[in-house]
Amino acid sequence: MRLHINGRELEVPEAAGERRLIEFLRDDLDLTGAKNACDIGACGACTILVDEAPLKICIKRVKDIVGHRVLTIEGMAAPDGTLHPLQQAFVERGAIQCGFCTPGMVLVAHAFLLKNPRPTREQIRKAINGNLCRCTGYQQIIDAIEQASVHYWGAEAPARAPETANA
Amino acid sequence: MLSAEKGKAWRNDAYAKVTGRAKFTDDLKFARMLHAAPAYSDFVHARIIRVATEAAQKAPGVVRVLTAGDVPGANRFGQIIRDFRIFADDKIRYNGDVVAVVVAETRNLAIAAASLVKVEAEPLPPVLDPEEALRPGAALVHEIHGSNLVNTHRIRRGDVHEGFRRADFVLEEEFRTSCVEHAYMEPEVAVGVPRSDGVIEVYGSMQHPFSTRRFVCACLGVPLSGVEVVGTPMGGGFGGKDDTAAIVCARTALAAKILGRPVKMMYRRDWSMRESYKRHPYRVRYKMGVTKDGRITAVRCRILADGGAYCSVTPWVTWRSTVQCCGPYVVENVHCDTLGVYTNNAVAGAMRGFGSPQMNFVVEQMVEIAAAKVGISGVEFRRRNMVRQGSVTITGQKLDKHKVAMGEVLDAVLKAADYEAKLARCSHGRPADDECYGVGLAMSYRGVSLGAEGVDSCTAIINVQADGSILLEVGVHENGQGAESAMALIAARELGVGLDRIRYRRASTSTVPDGGTTVASRGTIMGGGAVTLAARELKQKMAEAVCGRLKCRAKAVRFANDEIAGPAAGGRISFDEAIRLMFQTQRVPYACGVFKAPPVSWDEHTGQGDAYFTWVYGCQAVELTVNKRSGRVRLLGAVAAHDVGRAVNAEMVRGQFFGGMAMATGYALHEEIRSKDGRITNLNLNSYRIPRATDLPEMTAIIVENPDPMSPSGAKAIGEPTNEILAPAIANAIFHATGRREFALPIRMGALPEELPEEDCRL
Repeated sequence: MRLHINGRELEVPEAAGERRLIEFLRDDLDLTGAKNACDIGACGACTILVDEAPLKICIKRVKDIVGHRVLTIEGMAAPDGTLHPLQQAFVERGAIQCGFCTPGMVLVAHAFLLKNPRPTREQIRKAINGNLCRCTGYQQIIDAIEQASVHYWGAEAPARAPETANA
Repeated sequence: MLSAEKGKAWRNDAYAKVTGRAKFTDDLKFARMLHAAPAYSDFVHARIIRVATEAAQKAPGVVRVLTAGDVPGANRFGQIIRDFRIFADDKIRYNGDVVAVVVAETRNLAIAAASLVKVEAEPLPPVLDPEEALRPGAALVHEIHGSNLVNTHRIRRGDVHEGFRRADFVLEEEFRTSCVEHAYMEPEVAVGVPRSDGVIEVYGSMQHPFSTRRFVCACLGVPLSGVEVVGTPMGGGFGGKDDTAAIVCARTALAAKILGRPVKMMYRRDWSMRESYKRHPYRVRYKMGVTKDGRITAVRCRILADGGAYCSVTPWVTWRSTVQCCGPYVVENVHCDTLGVYTNNAVAGAMRGFGSPQMNFVVEQMVEIAAAKVGISGVEFRRRNMVRQGSVTITGQKLDKHKVAMGEVLDAVLKAADYEAKLARCSHGRPADDECYGVGLAMSYRGVSLGAEGVDSCTAIINVQADGSILLEVGVHENGQGAESAMALIAARELGVGLDRIRYRRASTSTVPDGGTTVASRGTIMGGGAVTLAARELKQKMAEAVCGRLKCRAKAVRFANDEIAGPAAGGRISFDEAIRLMFQTQRVPYACGVFKAPPVSWDEHTGQGDAYFTWVYGCQAVELTVNKRSGRVRLLGAVAAHDVGRAVNAEMVRGQFFGGMAMATGYALHEEIRSKDGRITNLNLNSYRIPRATDLPEMTAIIVENPDPMSPSGAKAIGEPTNEILAPAIANAIFHATGRREFALPIRMGALPEELPEEDCRL
């Protein structure tokens, strides 16, 4: 079986297909950015992106990602370590406290902004609703996602500057 | 980076956390590492006859099953009463008691085998109601203790009989608060690593390395020098990773020591929620006397706290409740009795707020009930009774050593929330459509740090290297709140150097003196005090080393912009050069600062004394709607103002505001540990509902700064104050919206009755 993870391809034996995906990524590949916090897909701390869509991997198997492009938090920054603008916004806006939800939160936000580059704050709230955070009250996470949204606008001209609450 | 950029957060760990590189405890791997899992029983209260481990022992991959008999040191330990068991030995006292730990080659094998551990026991009648626990003849949770009463506190001030006689109105209500879970995102986890020198190294998700070390060493029967607890990035604590998290570390260390191999024990969420301690559910009877002109003449209250199966810190939690039982109001006549009680329910211990969220839910509704009776607004009633500069608290403490900012934070919230105008628009149970609209507020003062609970000091070490780079180490713990960053910012400011020069050296229990536990919102004030004093000591040493070169007295030397300057123009030397000079002249640029909390006092008999060396002040308001048909509460906005002394890292201070308010929203509306016959029924995050992004409104944070003379850095506290008043603010807003007063948490509205509220609640 062939897996595509963070732009790299790797071959795994058929037998690995039934293994829990979170254990495979964390234990075998040492991609420990995805966190295990509930085991039942309730909190989002284990989120990765599969073909640019969020997937909670604590309830998935390795076979579920065969043939798909996977992005984990370890693949978000540039190879030289430069942060993605979304990550940079999380840092600047104080969106990170304990950091346990952060990888999943960044990836969910990334998937959302790819499809919705000009969101309202209310839309951002809905987008991250499946990811729990106990430290931040989400406010600065929403600030960060809003701030980073301009980097997803692509070639089109900016229609409006994003509002930032409590700036 | 020279300093934190204005308007941007600065954290030393942000890069690691946002890239997924930060290694939390479960991310650590060691060669030949084994995995452990706890075994529970189905009992709630029972006398143990035998713990049968044979089947588990024979299961695939199992290396060893540990029980109480394997503990070489003390199987019983605790911070106040040594009643916690590392493994249940004589009895099962709650459904979360662990009887054994199974150690196996993989985690899955350990989990599979743990289910094979069986307990033979004689069931005992469970004690599940704290009131019944105190009745004569009730079954005893701890027979050796003689009763189910853990502790009492009292306040006897003035003459309450006289106070109630002088009152024009006497109001009496009963309140209940719920059992809630910290729900830190990272469950408990520990790794024990036997080192070649015989020391057991412990990595773990715990917020008190030193407290954890005491538990581990007691269990192993080794001196404190025989165990090194290493600070590790931690996925949240909120007060919840002390006793029971320390015991997880102790069991893991025990396995590592006995087996001579690294052992990891990563908790599943359901184990965490079953075993970990919770916030105490309270029952409070509260009687308040007030005059026609809105002055409180007397308060009598009885506070009953369900402490669950073990003592934990129940005496300390209930002490704070007692000291703050009248909220931030001056009351001459107070009679308060507080009781902490053993039951067979989940253990209750420290949680953000530490006994204040419960009392504020009571007091901040009582003042509004009283205001309505008198016929003035809740805000006006508060103004007439609140503490001011020089006021004397209900424990006899004169508030004259810091700025009493109660009125300042209240005014800030009223203005930012446009509160009075919104109050006039409230539905009062008579909405124009299906949505009842309401606004409400609450305020509090809070004693900072431990107060008369315990000995209070903290140590910081600044160790400048030969090239001028700085290692900073402090006896506070990074729980996720940004403690390390705050310490680095305080050091940089005091030394007049750039942040890029400072590396926070993650402390272990073997490298820095015991600085107490990172609780009680004391990290910034105590750790920051120690850093400030260490920095001043270092500057003194550096000044003595360079003053000859600068041709001035050491006292005249100034530190700024990575330079040291004398009073004369041009007389300056770079920080790097000064350090080189020091090493050349055999002066070591090393400083150790110890901040000792100013004295406090307490008379347990009268409940009088200077309870805390300083206080913080906060006020929060919330705006909401309640749907008449569904009872659904929707928050529209929230505003908070807190005096933090000095904001060291403004964006992270704001983060404390938002996170505290979010957690308090859960306390008010969503969260409750539900039990059936003493067994918790909602053991994961799907059934225990913490607030999601769509449950919360846009929040406004107003940072009020009055640097505190009692704090060397000027900073005070923010972690807990933000979490202790939004629940009563929500209750007050719901009253203004619907005319219904809610006396129990969590608030569950349901459909509103068609008839209008009888009493006019327009005030």
